[in-house]
Parts: sequence; C-alpha cells; structure tokens
Amino acid sequence: MGGYRSLRDLDWGLLVITLTICALGILQIYSATHGTKFGNIWWKQVLYVTVGLGLLWLIANIDYHTLLGQVPVLYVGLIVLLFALLWIATPVFGARSWIPLFGGFQFQVSEFGKLVIILLVARYLTNLRRDHLGGRELLKLSGLVAIPMALILKQPDFGTAMTYLAILGVGVFLAGLRLRHILIVAVVAVVIPVVVYRFDLLLEHQRARLVSFLDPEADPRGSGYQVIQSKIAIGSGGMWGRGVSQGSQTQLRFLPVPHTDFVMATFAEEHGFVGVVAVLGLYMLLLLQIVQNAQTAPDRAGMYICMGVAALLLVHLMVNVGMAVGRMPVTGIPLPLMSAGGSSMLTTFLMLGLVHNVRLRRFVN
Amino acid sequence: MPPNAPPDHESEKERQAKLVLRDDTKFASGRIAFFQYFCVAVCLYLVSGFWVLQVQNEEYYWDLAQKNRIRSSPILAPRGKILDRDGRVIVDNHSSFGLNLLRDNLKVENIPTICEGLEVDCDDVLERFRAFDRRNPKHAPFPFKEELHSAQLAFVEAHRGQDTFPEMEIEMRQQRLYPREGLAAHVIGYTGEVSEAELDSAEFARFKQGDTIGKAGIERQYNDLLMGIDGQRRVVVDHRGIEREVIDKKEAVSGKTIRLTIDLDLQAVAELAMENRRGAVVALDPRNGEVLAMVSRPSYDPNKFVGRIRRKDWDEIRNDPANPLLDRTIQAQLAPGSTFKPIVALAGLDTGTVDEGTGVTCTGGETFYGTRHGCHLKKGHGYVSLYRGLTHSCDVYFYTLGSRLGIDKIAEYAEMAGLGRKTGVDLPNEEEGIVPSTRWKIRTLRQRWFAGEVISVAIGQGALTVTPLQLAQAIGGLAMGGVWHKPHLLKDPAPALDPPRKVELDQENLARVIAGMYGVVNDGGTGARSKLPGLEMCGKTGTAQLTSNKLRKAIMENRRKGIPQEILQDNAWFVGFAPRNHPEIAVVALHEAGLHGDRAAPIVRDVIKAYFDKKNRKLAEPGLASPKNPRPGPLAYTRGSVLSSDREGAITGKAGR
Repeated sequence: MGGYRSLRDLDWGLLVITLTICALGILQIYSATHGTKFGNIWWKQVLYVTVGLGLLWLIANIDYHTLLGQVPVLYVGLIVLLFALLWIATPVFGARSWIPLFGGFQFQVSEFGKLVIILLVARYLTNLRRDHLGGRELLKLSGLVAIPMALILKQPDFGTAMTYLAILGVGVFLAGLRLRHILIVAVVAVVIPVVVYRFDLLLEHQRARLVSFLDPEADPRGSGYQVIQSKIAIGSGGMWGRGVSQGSQTQLRFLPVPHTDFVMATFAEEHGFVGVVAVLGLYMLLLLQIVQNAQTAPDRAGMYICMGVAALLLVHLMVNVGMAVGRMPVTGIPLPLMSAGGSSMLTTFLMLGLVHNVRLRRFVN
Repeated sequence: MPPNAPPDHESEKERQAKLVLRDDTKFASGRIAFFQYFCVAVCLYLVSGFWVLQVQNEEYYWDLAQKNRIRSSPILAPRGKILDRDGRVIVDNHSSFGLNLLRDNLKVENIPTICEGLEVDCDDVLERFRAFDRRNPKHAPFPFKEELHSAQLAFVEAHRGQDTFPEMEIEMRQQRLYPREGLAAHVIGYTGEVSEAELDSAEFARFKQGDTIGKAGIERQYNDLLMGIDGQRRVVVDHRGIEREVIDKKEAVSGKTIRLTIDLDLQAVAELAMENRRGAVVALDPRNGEVLAMVSRPSYDPNKFVGRIRRKDWDEIRNDPANPLLDRTIQAQLAPGSTFKPIVALAGLDTGTVDEGTGVTCTGGETFYGTRHGCHLKKGHGYVSLYRGLTHSCDVYFYTLGSRLGIDKIAEYAEMAGLGRKTGVDLPNEEEGIVPSTRWKIRTLRQRWFAGEVISVAIGQGALTVTPLQLAQAIGGLAMGGVWHKPHLLKDPAPALDPPRKVELDQENLARVIAGMYGVVNDGGTGARSKLPGLEMCGKTGTAQLTSNKLRKAIMENRRKGIPQEILQDNAWFVGFAPRNHPEIAVVALHEAGLHGDRAAPIVRDVIKAYFDKKNRKLAEPGLASPKNPRPGPLAYTRGSVLSSDREGAITGKAGR
C-alpha cells in the first residue's frame, strides 16, 4: 500500500480535542502543585506532550500493516520485559512496574504493553477472516492476553491488567462473539470473584480498596480517606467551581495526589460542574472521533486498532473518573491526557498515533 | 504466537465462504454503533455522579470542606482572682496542661491504651466519654484529663504523631489554685466541670459540657463576675493540621478579680483556733455586715476539685462521717443554748415582764407545768436577778422568765433579731433555722403548742435552732442598739446593699442586757476565760444539749447497743463582741461536742484580739499587705505546723504547688 500522505490528511479534529484536554490538564496540574515540591511537574507535562506529538507523527507514518507484522516480536519483547521487571525492579508504591531511565525519568512497561495488546488483538481477529468468533479462537486469544495480564497482576497492578481485558473484550465483541460464549464469560465473571473472596486471594491493599469502595466511611482515616476527600473536593466545587487555585481541598492537600490519579477531582473543585461537563464532553468527542475513524477504516485491521484504542481510553475514563466520584473502586489508573505522568501520556499519544495512522490510509483501499 | 493460518479441521465449504468474504468494516457496523451509544452512556453516567455531588449536595460537601480547612480553638478566659479585704490573694490561677481528644477521627479502642500510658483509671474515662459522646457534636474535643504532670505530658508529646494517636491535643489553661489545708474552703467554694444534671437546670443551661463553673461558695455565687468570656481563634490548616493562616481571632476577656470582706489574718487565726475541732467561727463587723472571717471545720482541700475530682477523693470526702462538705457557718442548724438568753432577757425587759431588780431564787432546779427542770449548777445560784442570770447563765431565772413571757413573745424578739430566716448572705444554700411559736407548731407539725414547751426554748433549747451566722448577726445587731445589717462577703465591686433593718428599742433595756454580757467576760461570769486586758469585750457562753435528759439517760443505760457517744456531748457556743460601746466586731464560735461554752470562748477571744491587735498595729508588720508591699510575708499568729512556710505561698498564691 502506498500513496502520498501529508500533514493535511491527519485527523485535525481529533488532534485539536487531544491538545485541548492536554492544555486543561497542564493548567490543572499547575494549579494543584504550584508552591509545592511538585511545582515543576507542569513543565514536565508540557515536555511529554511535545515528545508525544513527535511520537504520534512518527508512528502515524509507519504503515499499521507493517506494525501488525511485527506483533510476534513486540509480544515476546513485552513478556520478557515484564518477567525482567519481576526479577530486577525495586517496588515503587508497592508495585514493580517501572524501569528507571536516565535523569530520574521512569518507564512503565505495562503502559506500552497496551499498544502491543491492541495490535495483537487486531492482528489475531483480522486473520480469522470470518464474521463470527468460534469458542476455540476466543480461548486462544484470551490465553495470549492472559499471559502479560498475569505478569502485571504479579507486580501487582490490578488496574492496568484490567485495561488489557477491556481491549480483549471490545475486540471479541466486534469480531462477533456468540451469545452462548457471552453467557459462559458472564458465568465465569461471577464465579471468579466468589472464588477469590472464598479463598482469600486478594492482597491486603486490594481488599482494603474494595472494602473502602463499598463503604468509605468504615475507615475514614485509612483506605477510605482518598475517596471521601475526593468527593468533598468535587462536591464543594458546586456548579461554577471555586476558581483556579482556590480549591481548599486541593491547595491544602486534603486531597491526595491531586495532580495524578485525582486530577479530575481537583479540576471539579476549581471549575465546578460546568467545567466537568465541558471536559467530559471533550472526552466523549474524542472517543466518538476515534470510533468514527474505525468506521471509515480501510480494512478490518484498522477498525480493530481504532476500536482497541477507543476501548482502552473509555475504560480509563470510566474507572478513573468513576473513582473520583466514588462510583468505582480506587484502582490507581490515570486519566489519559490529563493526569501527570510520562508513561501514560506517551502511550496515549502513541495510541492516538495509531488512529491517525489508520486515518491517513483510509482512501487507499 | 498468534496463529496466522486458520485451523485445519475446517471444511472446504467454509474455506470457500471465507474467500468471498470482503475485508471491510460493514460486518461490525451495528456493534460499532452499539459501542458509540455505550460511550455516551458512560459519559452520562459520570456526569450524573458529578451532578449528585456538585449540584444536589453542594452545601453538604462545602461544609465538609470548611470543616477540613478551618479549625477553631477556644482561647480560654482566665477566671478572676479572689482577694481578701486588704487585696491579698486568696485564690489565684496557675498554668496547667490538659489533654483533649479530637473526636473527628477518634478510635474508641485507642482509649484504653492512652489510659495505660497516662496511668489513669480507664473505666472512669470510658464512662465519661460515652456520656460526652451522646451529648456533643463530633467536632467538640473530649476533655480527657486535666492537670497533666510532667511524665504524662511527655507521654502525650511522644505519642501524638500521625501514626500513633494524632487525636491527642494538649490544651493549656489557667487552673484554680486554692489555699492549702482547706483554709476558707467553704466560703470560697470550688470550681469544676459543669455536670449533666446542672446542664439540665435553668441556672446553668447557658453553659456547655466541659465548661468550668463555680460549684460552691463564692465561686458559685459570683460565677458570672469571676468567669471571663472565652475567646476564639479560627485558623486555616492543611491536611497535616499545620496552620496556614489565621482567619480571625477574638481575644478572651478575663474574669473580674473580686475582693472579699474576709480578712486573711482573722481567718487564719480562726482556722488555727478550730484546728482539730468540729464547728464553726463567724466574725463580722456589726456596723455594716461585712464578714471578716468564716470558718467551718472539718474542712477539705478544694484543690482536689479543680478540673475533675478523682472518684477516690470524692468518695473519701463524701463518706467522711464528720461531713466536711457541710458549711457549718450557714448550714448547721443547732440549738444555741444559753447564747440565746440575751434575747430572752431583752424580751423580758422590753415587754415589762421583769425589770432589772426582779429576782428569782435558784435552788438548782424548779418545777414548771408539772415537770422539774434542773439548772446547770446543781447546788443552785441562790438569789438571781437579770444581771446575775446572764453572767452566771442561771437556767432557773430564764425558765421563770420564759414561763411568764410565753412562747410567742420570745419568738417575736428572736425573729426581730433575725433568727428563723435566712440572713441573705451572699453564699448559696444557706439554711434558715427554726424559731418555734404556736403558729409555727400548727403550721409545720399540725399540733397545739403546749405551754410547758416554752421552758426549754427560754434557755435556747427545744425546737429552737440557729446557724452560727444568724447568731453572729443577731447579737451584733443587739450590740449596735437594734440595727441589723445584712451579712455579706463581697467588698469590691461594691454590692448594692439593702439599708439596715432598724428597730426602735429602749436603749436602757438594751444597755442592761449588754451589761450582763459584759459581766459574763469581765465580772467572773461563765466566759471569764476569754477576758482580754484593756478591751471591753462582751459575750455569752452556751452549752447546748443534743438530746433531752430523758433520752440521755436511756442512751447511757443502753451504751453497748452502739449508739454513738458523741451525741451525748454538748455543743459549746460562745458569742462575743467588742468594744462594749460602738462595737466593731462580733464573733460566734461553735465547738461541736465541746462540752461547755467556756471551751468556745477562747476562740472568740483570739479572733477579737487579732482584730484589735491588727487595728492598733501590734500585728507583725509583714503580715499586712499594702500597695507598697504586694507580697506580704508570713501572717501573724502562725503557730505550730498549720501555717508552715509553704502554706504561706498557698495562701497568698505566690508559690507553686
């Protein structure tokens, strides 16, 4: 496949939405951290966005069919890296997820693993060349996704592992999952939590998070603290918000990690319900724009790639924002494009790069 | 590895179908559309979460946010000091550290551990905590303990970190410091935490749990003056509780310092005189009603009540058979015995029943209304007129006078002198005593008055009861020629005083009664032991039986049956004033189980002597405070161990505890 591609053919609408969300995120990070030891984080975030744009352009120009061809290599590389992490990495916040790089920057393997999983699912489902998914294929694909998931659970990083499941879930749904398979999966989904609960397989902090999600008031100073403070921050913002740098929950640090996992809570406190609706509207436009790219994709592989990206972003949005309003358990997964953090930001830009990649090639077929 | 080739068991037909399958996205368009709707649904679900928090419950969360960031802490107003009439400190404050527990995040299961660390009784604390928890909002800190000593303070400081007991909060407050050895304890009273029962009453309804209020004596009477107005400080704190800025600050208004009419020198003398005795001393200035000294013994240490009294101490005080909490000066209602005779004598003269020449022959007893009544002198006083009747306290003379007067005349003069009703002194819980009369008996006992009952009342026995303060006021008023001032303790701020009650009495009759009282002390009378050279002191002894002679006999016969001996021992009274003309001080001493009035007389003598010694500058100079000498040295009349040097500090409030 070939043909002339230029900047003009990029999805500019998608790019504008992306950068608007990034800008709001950077402003909020600045507001939440200025005057603290994290005061320079907004600047780092600007750097990540800039680098992310470069990566986006880079990956958009490598034909996604070429990338799909490299999936076996990428997959094996991911497994090796995840194994290596369990052996060599020192735990950060209780999890061995990061590989330290030069200059204090860290590289979170499981974030880049998302790209590999998206490509893996797209490649597998495309090669089926059928309109329906058989049970055997479903099991095979699930097994392929389960291996890195298990390694990530071992780190332990429950949240990220669950995002892999979302990519798989949306992929097999689009590939034409039969009703009886859906029912079997549903039964398993019920049985596993029961077994986990029955045999006490959850780690201490995971159990505490689950309990605090079900009843945050049970231990207000312990694990329920974050959720309670997050809800107070959001609620006290009211309709119009407290104003930039005026949120007491954020500024006086009652709200923990306001620039990363709870960036939405601090945004809601300072910009109110109106601001929240605007930002969630932007995210919705972002998702719909990606889905639109899936619909106009030149082939099934492109569609699966776009939908994998959409699925991943949706699950991040749902879990992170749901956690801030107390409707989801605290899992510690970031809000794409807004939370401070390099790995998440670069991964998101790479994923969006894949979407642009598909977009650039939509008239080829 | 992802399989690149389809499974090989598929039939040829399926293989054919796959070849015609087009590689486009149409096959999934319905499912993609479903995903779009799902995206919108998720966003709406999240928006609804924000709607509930930010629009429906904004005020609730706003309040919570304010509670997070704003901490208001009271600035406790120090209570006013209590000074004596010369400005010497009787009650002072000292700094003390208390421990509060913040209840927002308090874990009840931590309390036993904290108790253990502080070495306090945990059951007591938990009981108080539960009561406190029921009545107070979450933000009110629980007053765990006051008066932390240094080891406890060290424990708190070491364990208030974020990972141990961050709920502990140290509060510095001004604590009451009372004189030691229970000096003037009943007059001053004590402070304490307002109790639940008090909070339910109208008098204390405006206070809140944990407030310290006056519970007894002057502390309670003038609580409103002494209590300041607490200030408040509101600050913005961050999540670690570190202050970021002060929002506003209302300074505390200190309580007013009040000056009493009490003279510490006289008080100390009276306290010393009552050492190891049960009873009371009241000294007042009959010219204006100022109370100069007021002693009730046995006493208690009010310092034990500061903050919260320990249960052990409380039980000890409450269960003491000698009843140290009773303020005998205003609450002991006892028969005055012969100290009542001057009033009966005045009634006799004033009504014309007798004159100074009217005589009676005392043979050691006489029969009235069919019953024989003995005189305290068994061999008899011989021929007795009013003067000798008073000086030698001849019972037969007063039996005769009483039988002629009748009960209602005696009651009239007793009431004129202020007996039978509250003096109105500025102390809580005063008792009123009883002046029996025909009306009184019908009203309270629903019985007719028997004429024979007047015989006992005429010598200050029978149903007649008085408090020491009433007696001091009554005799002081007589000494003033029939002018009764209301006794009071507050000197500054000057209280609005009622005008004195004046009764037009025949001054010659009064002079005859006073002459008799002069003779008691100075003419070989029953109070000769209290004679003071160079001072025209008048007085009257009293020996009051607690039981009738008949009962006494019965008790003597049944001594082994466990009836306490003490009630057989008569109470000794003495009431005195000086000088004879233009009196300046009237003193009553009650020595319970003192057997005879002349045992009480030296107490009165000591107090009166101290008064005039001080007035005539004979008192040791360092004991007197003046504006130039605000820190007076040892008091005069120190004797023995009672006023040891460290006690001086406590009295003047200058030394630590």
